[in-house]
Amino acid sequence: MDTVNLIIDNKPVVVKAGTTILEAASGIGVHVPTLCHMKLSDLNIENKPGDCRVCMVEVKGRKNLVPACCTEVSNGMEVNTHSIRVINARRTVLELILSDHPADCLICPKSGKCDLQNLAHKLGIREIHYQGEQSHYRADTSPAIIRDIDKCIMCRRCEMMCNKVQTVGVLSAINRGFYSVVSPAFEMNLDHSVCTYCGQCVAVCPTGALTEVDETGNVIRALSDPSKTVIVQTAPAVRAALGEEFDMEPGTLVTGKLVAALKRLGFDYVFDTDFAADLTIMEEGTELLNRLSRKLSGDKDVKLPILTSCCPAWVKFFEHQFPELKDIPSTARSPQQMFGSIAKNWFAEKLGIKREDLVVVSIMPCVAKKYECGRDEFKANGNPDVDFALTTREFAALIKVSNIDFSTLPDEDFDNPLGESSGAGVIFGTTGGVIEAAVRTAYELFTNKPLPRIDFDELRGMEGIRQATIDFGGLPLKIGIAHGLGNARKLLEDVQAGKSEFHAIEIMSCPGGCIGGGGQPYHHGNAEILKKRQMALYREDKNKVIRKSHENKYIIELYKEFLEKPLSEKAHHLLHTEYFDRT
Amino acid sequence: MDKIKSLDDLRKMKQAVQSQLNLRERGENSENYVQIKVAMATCGIAAGAREVMNAFLRKIEDDKILAIVTQTGCMGYCHSEPTVEVKKPGEEPIIFGHVDAKKADSIVDKYIKNGELLEGIIPVNYQTIV
Amino acid sequence: MYKMHLLVCGGTGCRATQSKQIEENLRAELKAKGLENDAQVIITGCFGFCEKGPIVKILPDNTFYVGVESEDAAEIVEEHVLKGRRVERLLYTDPENKEHISDSKHMGFYQKQIRIALRNCGFIDPENIDEYIARDGYFALGKVLEMSQTEAIEIMKKSGLRGRGGGGFPTGLKWEIAYNNKADQKYVVCNADEGDPGAFMDRSILEGDPHSIIEAMTICGYCIGASKGLVYIRAEYPLAITRLQIALKQAREYGLIGKNILGRNFDFDIELRYGAGAFVCGEETALIHSMEGLRGEPTVKPPYPAESGYLGKPTNVNNVETFANVPVIFLKGHEWFSSIGTAKSKGTKVFAITGKINNVGLIEVPMGITLREVIYEVGGGIKDGKMFKAVQTGGPSGGCLTEKHLDTPIDYDSLLAVGSMMGSGGMIVMDEDDCMVSIARFYLEFILEESCGKCTPCRIGNKRLHEILKKITEGKGEPADIERLKALGNVIKDTSLCGLGQTAPNPVLSTISNFEDEYLAHVNEKRCPAGQCKALLKYEVDENLCTGCTLCFRNCPVGAITGERRQPHHVNQSLCIKCGVCLEKCKFNAILLT
Repeated sequence: MDTVNLIIDNKPVVVKAGTTILEAASGIGVHVPTLCHMKLSDLNIENKPGDCRVCMVEVKGRKNLVPACCTEVSNGMEVNTHSIRVINARRTVLELILSDHPADCLICPKSGKCDLQNLAHKLGIREIHYQGEQSHYRADTSPAIIRDIDKCIMCRRCEMMCNKVQTVGVLSAINRGFYSVVSPAFEMNLDHSVCTYCGQCVAVCPTGALTEVDETGNVIRALSDPSKTVIVQTAPAVRAALGEEFDMEPGTLVTGKLVAALKRLGFDYVFDTDFAADLTIMEEGTELLNRLSRKLSGDKDVKLPILTSCCPAWVKFFEHQFPELKDIPSTARSPQQMFGSIAKNWFAEKLGIKREDLVVVSIMPCVAKKYECGRDEFKANGNPDVDFALTTREFAALIKVSNIDFSTLPDEDFDNPLGESSGAGVIFGTTGGVIEAAVRTAYELFTNKPLPRIDFDELRGMEGIRQATIDFGGLPLKIGIAHGLGNARKLLEDVQAGKSEFHAIEIMSCPGGCIGGGGQPYHHGNAEILKKRQMALYREDKNKVIRKSHENKYIIELYKEFLEKPLSEKAHHLLHTEYFDRT
Repeated sequence: MDKIKSLDDLRKMKQAVQSQLNLRERGENSENYVQIKVAMATCGIAAGAREVMNAFLRKIEDDKILAIVTQTGCMGYCHSEPTVEVKKPGEEPIIFGHVDAKKADSIVDKYIKNGELLEGIIPVNYQTIV
Repeated sequence: MYKMHLLVCGGTGCRATQSKQIEENLRAELKAKGLENDAQVIITGCFGFCEKGPIVKILPDNTFYVGVESEDAAEIVEEHVLKGRRVERLLYTDPENKEHISDSKHMGFYQKQIRIALRNCGFIDPENIDEYIARDGYFALGKVLEMSQTEAIEIMKKSGLRGRGGGGFPTGLKWEIAYNNKADQKYVVCNADEGDPGAFMDRSILEGDPHSIIEAMTICGYCIGASKGLVYIRAEYPLAITRLQIALKQAREYGLIGKNILGRNFDFDIELRYGAGAFVCGEETALIHSMEGLRGEPTVKPPYPAESGYLGKPTNVNNVETFANVPVIFLKGHEWFSSIGTAKSKGTKVFAITGKINNVGLIEVPMGITLREVIYEVGGGIKDGKMFKAVQTGGPSGGCLTEKHLDTPIDYDSLLAVGSMMGSGGMIVMDEDDCMVSIARFYLEFILEESCGKCTPCRIGNKRLHEILKKITEGKGEPADIERLKALGNVIKDTSLCGLGQTAPNPVLSTISNFEDEYLAHVNEKRCPAGQCKALLKYEVDENLCTGCTLCFRNCPVGAITGERRQPHHVNQSLCIKCGVCLEKCKFNAILLT
C-alpha cells in the first residue's frame, strides 16, 4: 500500500495515500474542528461538501488555506492547523455563521447538543465582530418534523441524507447567496412533499434547524388527568440507546431502568412494543407462508417477494415512489400500530373502560412514528389507536423534567399481558432483525421441525444491501435485506423490473435500522455508536429464554382468547392495513 | 451536399469557395494588390465603363491576377472616357483613357503582367477620390 | 459576379441599433437600382468598434462607415455603389486632426490591435461555412488529424496559450492531463457562460465566427480522446445560440463533425447545453454540475474535471476565446503564436473596454501592451476630457488600478502582481466623477447577487462587507470600519471555496489600498470627494451670490428652500432630498454643493 509522509503541526506523520489532512491529523491526536463534515464509517455515508470552511488549515506553499476535510495528503506536505492565520480565519468564519444565526441558545431545543454551540465554545468566541442582517424564513411544522431554518447553516448534511442516502429528494439548497438555505422545492411545506419523515435529516442536523415535533407536554397532561388510564409501549431500539442521554456508554442496555422510569412517571401500565413485534411475526410470517405455499402450488398471481411493513417511513416511501407495487408489501401493521389496536380494542374492554379514556403512548426511536399514529386508517371515530409517539430523546427529556435520577434507578419488569416478548421481538430494532425473527417462526411452522440453530449470522451486519439463502427443509428461501431508502430503492427497482429473485425482503428506512432512527440520541457522526446499539440488541436476544415469537405464551393466549388465529377475520380487521397511491 | 471525406476534399472545397472572399481579403490589404479603378460616373457609364469593368473582372479571374477592381467617380477626363486607373503595389498610379474591353485585356497582359506601357496614358493631374 | 461586398455588422450592439433595418434597406435600394447582382450585402459578426456602431464596411474599396442609420442606405447605394463616391459624412473623424479616415487600419482604435481570436469577426458571414473554409477553416483540424495526439498536444504546450476565461492555466497542459486520464468516455466542454458585466467577447466570437469554436473543440476532442463536445452557453445569448446551431448543422452536413471525420477513424459531435445566467456557473465545476442538472455550485478541487468531470468522466473545459485561438496556432505554428506577447503570456487578449472612455468596444491586443496604450490609444482617452481615475480589470472580482499602474504591461502575472487580474477581459474605465467606495459597493452588490451561497465566507462574509460599505457611503462609517473591511476581506480571500469568493473582496481591498483617502473622507469627514454619495451631499446657498430670485424656492420639490424675494435663501437640510434641482436652476451659481 502506498504511504505518504507529511508533517502536521511539526510532527512527522505517515499515512496511507488517499487519506485526508483531517484524518491524518486526527491519527496523531490533532482534532481539527469541523462543522459540515460528517462520516459514518462502514455505512458508506459521508457529507463532505467542504463548504463551512471551519476546518481550514495552512499548507506550506499553497496560496490559500485549504479545507482539511477534503484535501488529500501528499508527500512532503507541511500542515499547520493552528497558526495565527488559521485561527483568525477559523474564528472569523465561525463568527460569520453566528452573525446569521438566532442567538436564542438558552431556549433552543438543540441547546447542549448543538455542534455550532459546541464549536463556539471550543473556539472561545466572545464577540461577533461582523454583525448585520440575519436571514429569515417561514417556519414549517409537519406531523413529525419542525423546520426552523433560520438556524440552517448550510452544512448540507440533511440534503445529503435526503438525496444520496434516502433518495427521497425533498431537501435541497434553494435561493442564492446570502438567502440560500436548505428547503423543499419552492419553500413548500414538508407535509406537501414526498417526505417520508424518516428523520435522518433531524438525526444529522448540527443545529436546531431540524427537530422533531415535541409531544412531551401532551403526555404530561394525559398523565395528570385522573379520568384517563395511560399506558405506554416502548420499542426495542430505545433500550439500547436511552442510556446515552444519561452519559452511559453507547450500547448499554437499560431495559430495567427504562421500565422503572416509566413507572415513576406515572404510567398505569408499562408494556413492550416487543410483544407486538412477536404478534407482527405471527401475522407477517403466516402471510409469507401463505404466499409461499400458493406459489409452490402453481398460483401465478401470487405476489413475491413479500416486503416487510413495520417501518412507517418505508411505507410512505413506496406509497409515493412505487405505488404500483403497493400490493407487494405485507399488509401487517407495524408493531406500534398492532399494539395500539390491541390496546384500544381488547385491553380497554378488559379494563372495562371506553377507548377514549385509554391513552396509548409509545416511546420510539423514530420520528415517522409520530406521523404513523396520525394516519386515518389507525383511528376509530377520530380516536387514534396510539395517541402520542415520543422519541427516545423526548423520553429522556421527560425523565429529566420529572426529577428522576435515571442512573440510580433499579431494574423493574414490564407489566402483563402486553409486556412479555421473545428475543425475536427484541431484534426488530436492528437491520436484519425482523427477517431473522420471521425466519425463526416461519421455519418451524413451514417444516414442522425445530430450528437447528437460532442465530442467523448470515442475516446480520451493517452492509446496506445483504442477501442470504435459508434452507427451509429443502426449499431454498431467498432473503434480501436493505436499510436506508436508497438501498431499498435498488431492490424495489429489481422487483419492478421483474428481476428480483427474493422470496422476502426486509426494509428499514434508517441506516442500521431503528437503532439508527431519527428519534435516537444524536450519534454526531460516530458510526461506532450504531454498531454498539446493534450488539446490545443481539445480547438482549441471547439472554431471553424464549427467542421465537410463536413460543411467547401471551401471544398464544391472545390468539386463543381473542384473535383466534393468524390472518383470521378479526386479525385482519385489527392487525392489517392497506396502502395508498400518494402520487 | 457532398461530404468532405479527406483533407484533399477540403482543399478542393476551399478552391471552389475561395473567390467568394477574394474581394474582401484583397480589399482589406489593397496596398498589396494591383488596384484597377474604373471611372463610373455618368460620363463613364455612357461611354461603356460598365462593360470595361466586367472585362477587367473576367480577365483577372481567368488569369488569376492578384488584383482588385473598384469603381470610382468622375476623374475629370470626360473627353477620354472610359478611363481606368491602375496602381501596382509600390508604384505610382497610371491612368488609361478610351479603354474598351479589348484594351482592358491588353492592359492586363502588357502593363500589369509585364510592365510594358501602352498607348493612351493620361498624365496625372488630379487627386484620387476613392 | 459581385463587384462589391457591403458588410453590415450583425453583432449584438449594432443589431440593437437597427443594423437589421440597414441591411434590409441596402438590399431594397440595390434592387431598386438594379445592382443586386453587382453588390452583395453580408451580415457579419462584431467589428468591435461598438462606440461608433452601426458599422457598414464596403470592400474591396475598404471603406468603413460608422454611425450608419437605416435612412443612409439610399445614399450609400446611390453615391458609393453606383457612382463610386464615398459618403464623407459617414466616415470616421479622427479626434486629433478632425480628418476623415476611411480605412479602419488607420484608426487609433484599430492600429494597435492584432486580431487572432477575432480574426473572422466582422469579415465573414458567420452563417456560411464556405466563407470559413475559404479562410482556411477546418484546415487546422485536417493538419491535427495527421498528427499523433501527443504531437498535437505538444504544439499546444509550446504555443504558450493560457486559459482566456480568467484562470490563465496553460491550455496544452490541461489537454495533456485530460489525455493522460484513461476512460471509456471523455468530454470536451466549451465554457460560453460569459458573465462579467460588460464583457461580450465570447458572445461576439460565437456570433461572428462559430465555426472556429467547433473546429477547435473537435481538435481538442481528438487530442484528449473525447468523442463528445458540449457547449455550455447562456440562454440569454439567442443570436449566438442560433449561429452555433446553424454552424453545427453545416459542419455536420459537410462531415466535418460526426463519424470518421476527414476520413479518419475519429468521431466527434457537439451538443449545446443552456445555462440560466448564473455568474458562478462560469466556474468549471459549477458549470459541470449545472450541465448535469444539479444546482450550479462549485465543488472542491481536486478532483479536477480532467480527472472527474461531466458525469464523472474526464472532461476538458476551455472558454470560447481560448478555443478561438487554437486553429490559428496549428495553421501558423506555435512559433508564430508564441512570438506575440510576453515571456509568460503569449498571444493576444480580447477586452471589452467600457466606462468613461471614448472608444467603447471590443478590442484584441497583444499581451504586454500597457494599460496606458489601451486606454489612451485604442480607447481614445477619457470621455469629455475628464481626468482618468481608475481602471477595473478582471470583471467584478478584479481590482481597481490607478494612474501609477498605467504603464503595467497587460499579462496574467503583471496584473496579479498589482492586485488585479486578467479575468475574462472586462475593462471598465473610471474618471474623476466616480466614487471609489461606491464602485466597490457596486461590485459587491453584483457578487451578492451571484454568490451561490455554498460556502460561509462568500455567503455571509461578502454580505457583511457590503453592509459595511453601505454604512460608509451613507455617512455612518466609523474609523474601525476600514480595518474591518480589510481583515474580513482577507479572510474571505483566504477561505472561500471557489474563485468567485476568493476574488470577491478584490474591488474592496484594491480601492482601499489605492484610494484610502477617499474612504477616510467618507468616514472621518462624512464627505464624498467625487460627489456621488447622495447621503453625504449638502446643498447650501452662498448668501453673497444669491439674488433672491426665488427660482430655487419655486422649483424645490419638497419645500426645503425658504427665503424672501431679493433676500438670500436658505436650504433646510432636514427636508432636503438632495435632488439637485436648485443647483441646476440657479442662474447665479449661488448653490454650493459640499
